[in-house]
Amino acid sequence: MGDLIVDHINSIIYIVLMMIGFYAMTGKTNLVKKLVGMNIFQWSIILFFVSIGAKRGSTIPIVEGEHGHGAELVLEASHYVNPLPHVLMLTAIVVGVATTGVALALLLRIYKGYGTLEEDQLLERMRASSDAR
Amino acid sequence: MNDHQSAVPVLIIVVPLLTAFILPVLGWWKRAAVFPVALAALAFSFGASIMVAREVLTVGPIRYFMGGWAPPWGIEYHIDHLGALMLLLLSFITLLVGIYSKKSILKELPEKEVPFYSVYLLLVAGLTGIVATADMFNLYVFLEITSLASYALISIGGGAAVVSAFRYVILGTVGAAFYLLSVGYLYGVTGSLNMADLASILPDLYQSNAVLVAFAFFVIGISIKMALFPMHAWLPGAYSDAPSAVSALIAATTTKVAAYVLIRVMFFVFEPRFSIEMIPVTELLSWMGAIAMVLGSVMAIAQSDLKRMLAYSSVAQIGYIVLGVGLANATGLTGGLLHLVNHSFMKGCLFLVAGAIVYRTGLRKISEFRNLSVKMPWTCAIFTVAALSMIGIPPFCGFFSKLYLTIGAVEAGKWLFVGVILFSSVLALAYFMNVIRYMYLPQEEPTEAGDVAVRNEAPWTMLAPMLTLAAGIVLLGLFNGEIVSHFLEHAVPAGLASSGNLTNLLNLAR
Repeated sequence: MGDLIVDHINSIIYIVLMMIGFYAMTGKTNLVKKLVGMNIFQWSIILFFVSIGAKRGSTIPIVEGEHGHGAELVLEASHYVNPLPHVLMLTAIVVGVATTGVALALLLRIYKGYGTLEEDQLLERMRASSDAR
Repeated sequence: MNDHQSAVPVLIIVVPLLTAFILPVLGWWKRAAVFPVALAALAFSFGASIMVAREVLTVGPIRYFMGGWAPPWGIEYHIDHLGALMLLLLSFITLLVGIYSKKSILKELPEKEVPFYSVYLLLVAGLTGIVATADMFNLYVFLEITSLASYALISIGGGAAVVSAFRYVILGTVGAAFYLLSVGYLYGVTGSLNMADLASILPDLYQSNAVLVAFAFFVIGISIKMALFPMHAWLPGAYSDAPSAVSALIAATTTKVAAYVLIRVMFFVFEPRFSIEMIPVTELLSWMGAIAMVLGSVMAIAQSDLKRMLAYSSVAQIGYIVLGVGLANATGLTGGLLHLVNHSFMKGCLFLVAGAIVYRTGLRKISEFRNLSVKMPWTCAIFTVAALSMIGIPPFCGFFSKLYLTIGAVEAGKWLFVGVILFSSVLALAYFMNVIRYMYLPQEEPTEAGDVAVRNEAPWTMLAPMLTLAAGIVLLGLFNGEIVSHFLEHAVPAGLASSGNLTNLLNLAR
């Protein structure tokens, strides 16, 4: 059991984070808290990606050796960290920031329009304004 | 890079993308130039799609390596028959809605045409990118470009739409996150992101738990994006509160593209035998599709607002497409794909009509539509054509996709689904006939002189795209055999059960 936890510590951590985010998105009535939950959800997956690229006792993926002689070196993949998941996550982080930006802009508009970010109050005021129309 | 490699497939995506960033600068200098430039970019995309489709039909699938890097290292764009059809469909619908949007944006969103057309083009770039790319991570990026653009377009009008857009942000991001997680697991076990490469590596790993988890996350993530029941909660609000042109655009494209991704990954990245036999996902999908068809239609009957009714009807139609996938035989999948194309035309047309009615009369409630056929005869006629097609009356296109689906269900021996298809069509008859009835009913009190028999048709820039789509509905119906034999036959993977009925059907259709 202990080994299982140690071996899969990255999976366990990302699932726990994901569930925290999921709880905030579904259980909280404040829209900002929902947004924070969405962010935790996204970042948990980014952490997971970063962790699958990591390797114990390995180095950065740059071939050592003299200029122009790299091709003759024998490369052991196990000595190097796989940089691709990390590079992919740079893009995913940009996407995440963009999503957060759009969501915050929407929240600003909601607050300006209805004067609240609490879901129950918001629904009440939306109903009132659609009845008035 | 091969010297003869044509850049046209990439330009379909790059031209709208670059134009989207040029428009804000252009709008700052000369606002009147924004609409023509945006329309030119859309027209270019459409023209390029036609070129690509011709090449695919004559030569075969096109592969383009970004920057000359061969896969699996570089990003590959791969356009096969299904992809070419989707590109044609998307660029055609976005062009028509683009023409339509000029007047309706002037009225609904005054002073906002610059951001509107920028984001509109971003959405087009994202949609076409999803179809063209053969790289799983690139697909995620395009999926998010599409989603971000649709959040912005839905909320651009303010009011209740902003709240709907926020709900869509939360759910859409969860869907995309699940998709990303699935890509992560696939990359973890295969070390590749290229679809063709994955397809060749994965069969040895089908027993692996990581692959199963990846597949499960993928199906859930994409189901949220395509608003498959019960993950459709974001759709009705988003469709009905958005500006008219946006409703038509998003209803006709985004969920269809998500359905395309589902088919692409289920049957081309994974082999059909994995999706059908090793895990019962097609069985599950066909049940979810059937439930969506019934409940979506029932909810549509309960609506008094036209756009909301159309939105719930979309939930039901997604059910048809997914049922076609879930039947897991050649006829069923053909029906699903054909319904994807047809529904894009029908629902786009219906939302354009709803927008035209709002534009001229400001009416949204179905019960207020009395006497509308006198005021807007063309608009009502177009609505009737699209509605009859949705119900499944020959010779309109909706009939043929439902026919394929029904025969597919019979072939699969699933008689219950045959019943569900027919029942859902009867429900569609109920809610569409209700609208048509009100449109052609005379005014209750014909004494109000100002309100009676004043012909007030939509402007021709709005009417022309609607007429084109209505003509498309008829033509798609008449020439459905051509579409199936030229495009869709190639899109059905070899591993699916085929009983030869499809060829017989085709001969009949010709």
